[in-house]
Amino acid sequence: MSVQSNVEVHSEWGIVSARQAGRNLAKELGFGGVDQARFTTAISELARNIYLYAEQGEIIIETVENSRITGVQRGLKITARDRGPGIKSIREVMEDGYTTSGGLGAGLPGVKRLMDEFDIDSVTGEGTEITAIKWLR
Amino acid sequence: MKPSVIEMIYSQHDEIIRQWKNEVTELNQFDSTLPTNWFHETNEEFVNLIMGTLELEENEAKEQFRSFAERLMNAGWPLSYFTKGMQLFRRVLVQMLTSDESFESEKVFETLNEVEKWVDGVINQLVDEYTGSWENTLHLQKLALKELSAPLIPVFEKISVMPLVGTIDTERAKLIMENLLEGIIEHRSQVVLIDITGVPVVDTMVAHHIIQASEAVRLVGAECILVGIRPEIAQTIINLGIDLRKFPTKSTLRKGIETGLELTQRKIISTS
Repeated sequence: MSVQSNVEVHSEWGIVSARQAGRNLAKELGFGGVDQARFTTAISELARNIYLYAEQGEIIIETVENSRITGVQRGLKITARDRGPGIKSIREVMEDGYTTSGGLGAGLPGVKRLMDEFDIDSVTGEGTEITAIKWLR
Repeated sequence: MKPSVIEMIYSQHDEIIRQWKNEVTELNQFDSTLPTNWFHETNEEFVNLIMGTLELEENEAKEQFRSFAERLMNAGWPLSYFTKGMQLFRRVLVQMLTSDESFESEKVFETLNEVEKWVDGVINQLVDEYTGSWENTLHLQKLALKELSAPLIPVFEKISVMPLVGTIDTERAKLIMENLLEGIIEHRSQVVLIDITGVPVVDTMVAHHIIQASEAVRLVGAECILVGIRPEIAQTIINLGIDLRKFPTKSTLRKGIETGLELTQRKIISTS
């Protein structure tokens, strides 16, 4: 059974509600304090990117499962989807300190470090979809 | 409104009111949000007010509706009570007026038009009253929030604290910067402690704003110390790769104040 939460982001309040939804799910699933903070911070980064660069999009948070030899592993997956301008060079945005908005340039590489799995799919002029998973330890 | 239409309404006045009351009671039976104790009195008053608008002058009728709506608004009645009630009123009215088969079709259309205008006018006014009140509340809350959002408190001579609680958005970041710089000049502070114990998430944007603020503080000749960094926040800051080496941080406000006193060549001693 997968629990899902869907948040539209088109204002700064959208970032807050996406974060709230993420924190609640993480708590429910049994993530520890530090991982909850990591997970919500990652959502915050991705939602802010949507608001900043694409103006609107959505954040989907869902539970995922992975069967391993040691048993079923559970985790939470974030999907951040927008129809914004897309990312020109994925290699560049994944470098620390690269920014086009005058920020710190730590957002996406930071999210990758905060999460366990990370994937970007982006087409210039069409939009971006970023997925990231955090496994329950 | 055309006298002929008014006359027609009057001729069935009691019947319209009776039927409306019946239907509105049915409609609201399923709505538990309405207070039940004075439901019937309110219905009575509402329908009389609607009928009253036929005789009263426009401004007077509007005034009556305004005070009625205001009273119910404060008592917590939902707007949907009014809009549903008016829609029902229109339906009852139209049913009555057109059930007379001797009516010519042209006349039916005309009458419908008049009724539409009348009912829509009342609905519009009620919706305006409600949204106006909401907007007003929202505006006041925004003001209240703004006043609370970034206070700078002078705790000792030359030492001030800015406790931050809640989410930091761009609007608030601007206020933080302004209040910091103005407050430093006003209180002649040399050390400012920014306390982020109450900030739920520190992402790169929040960190960026704090870094910028502390840089600005440095430019006006004071020093910024970041306090209240919770362990999980410390770990996420490291994961994000945010460089906070440039300015001093302390785990608690208390340690920050001690450092502040040290920096201004003072210390707290026990007198016992």
